[in-house]
Amino acid sequence: MRRSNRSYWIAFLLLLVTFALSISFGAVVIPLQTLARLALSRLPGLSLVPDWSSSFETIFFAIRLPHTLLVMLSGAALAASGAAYQGLFRNPLADPYLIGAASGAGLGAVLVLTLREQGLLTGLYLVPAAAFLGALATVALVYTLAYSRNTSSTTALILAGVAVSSFATALTSALMLRSQGELRRSLSWLLGGGSMTGWEPVWAALPYILVGLGILLTSGHALNVLQFGEEQAGQMGLPVTRARRLVILAASLATAAAIAFSGIIGFIGLIIPHIIRLWRGPDYRHLIPLSLLGGASALLLADLLARLLLRPQELPVGIITALAGAPFFIWVLRRYQRAPVGGNSNG
Amino acid sequence: MADAALEIQGLTVRYGDFTALSAASLSVYSGEVVGLVGPNGAGKTTLIKALSGSAPVKSGAVRVLGKDLFQLRERERARFLAVVPQARSLPQDFTVRQMVLMGRTPYLGWLGVPSRQDYERVHWALESTRMMELADRPVGALSGGEQQRALLARALAQDAPVLLLDEPITYLDIKHQAVLLNLVYELAHAHGIAVLMVLHDLNLVALYADRVALLVAGRVRALGTPIEVITPERLADAYDIPLKVIPHPEYGTPLILPDGLPNGHERS
Repeated sequence: MRRSNRSYWIAFLLLLVTFALSISFGAVVIPLQTLARLALSRLPGLSLVPDWSSSFETIFFAIRLPHTLLVMLSGAALAASGAAYQGLFRNPLADPYLIGAASGAGLGAVLVLTLREQGLLTGLYLVPAAAFLGALATVALVYTLAYSRNTSSTTALILAGVAVSSFATALTSALMLRSQGELRRSLSWLLGGGSMTGWEPVWAALPYILVGLGILLTSGHALNVLQFGEEQAGQMGLPVTRARRLVILAASLATAAAIAFSGIIGFIGLIIPHIIRLWRGPDYRHLIPLSLLGGASALLLADLLARLLLRPQELPVGIITALAGAPFFIWVLRRYQRAPVGGNSNG
Repeated sequence: MADAALEIQGLTVRYGDFTALSAASLSVYSGEVVGLVGPNGAGKTTLIKALSGSAPVKSGAVRVLGKDLFQLRERERARFLAVVPQARSLPQDFTVRQMVLMGRTPYLGWLGVPSRQDYERVHWALESTRMMELADRPVGALSGGEQQRALLARALAQDAPVLLLDEPITYLDIKHQAVLLNLVYELAHAHGIAVLMVLHDLNLVALYADRVALLVAGRVRALGTPIEVITPERLADAYDIPLKVIPHPEYGTPLILPDGLPNGHERS
């Protein structure tokens, strides 16, 4: 009990620090002290005399805060769904990016954005819905391909993921290149760079991510039991089909909303759950919430690097996560092939 | 006679055109161990799978304490019937205690928060399988025999009146075979659990089972005490190989010996 409390304190503290850094740093640096006063100034009952320049206020409320919140939500969503997909596929390499959920979500999102551009649709609220459908379709396809003959091997999963996600990415690129307006310029979105600013994407993503993460947070016990395989899980009294569907829906919902507004970001869902598992053990009742917190901090940090490394130019954050994640992926793959971890030793 | 705890009536299982189990009928009473034997492919594992809901049942009925098993959802079924699978490809990182606690799933909500009663039952299951000392080790650090005992503890935690064991000793050495079967025998008789156990080793079945069901080509060919069922004629018929049966020097139960070296060979 005590040990688990401590890990939550550490995770929260880390999130607080990365959150503050993310708001403070950028093309313009807002000192931390000013940040605190700015935040407090919006609280009712406190009348602080503004001693900061008004541009700070604009940057803080109109740009940094929504951007930071969106990055935080996306990181939490990607890492928690990564943990959930890994539990579901009983494979430590199942990341929203590698199993095609991200690319599927991307395709769905771009499809709707294209229609919106042609004036057929308005508002951003349909974007995550379409991304959700895209993610669900690809996950279902990859699951069927990889597990069709009861060969739940890592190789089958990765190959199916690569094939399906290449296909979806190709369609997405084609759609983007065909479009005339803003979309065409936002190719960086494909690399994991959010092209939208302001509060609108935050509000559009929030309900999906909250519902998805809310369900995932309750699914720890079911995921634990599922580690014994579907047959045993059923014998132990878990409603397997219902549990599996619920987790797939929730993980895809959270992934889709994150991808739709933050771009196709890979590897967060792989790295973070893996580190948490090494640190805190295999129990999904802790793995999911700690991955959620860790993912938020990690993506905030990656985003900070993306904004600062080539200042004033901003890199898509997906480039940073891929630079860190690809070597990590290879390390996990090697480790995993030598000594299976978790509930994955069936060939 | 009292009503059976587990009552299988005319159970038929078909995979496409292949009939794996053909109108099998069999009862297991509370507090007895029934050994299920038969040659490879006779349908033993199919029967276990059918009872636990993972084989295509075409017809027949299964009742546990009078309840129609096939009408129950997973959750309820797991309260009536617990399965001890073979200890292969288990998740390695959970501790024994965590795994045994998951045996309480049919009594827990979606969140899986255990009550005091759940912990007490887990404690009991660990004690009665003599797993207390190993309770906080990861499953992957246990030997095959210990893993099998941990799975037995998990099934006991389910608190079900019927226990199915699917070849629980296949990968164990002779000591761990004896340890596990003694445990199962004790539990069945001391706590009134109805045990149906698939075993390949006829000698162990003869020793540990109160009754034996001989399954051949998807049909129950014989059902009775070991002395009634395990005869040279029946075995020759079922396994298509001559076998010798002599009485166990201590218990008088049948003891089965292979009979015959290749033609022209003799041992001095």
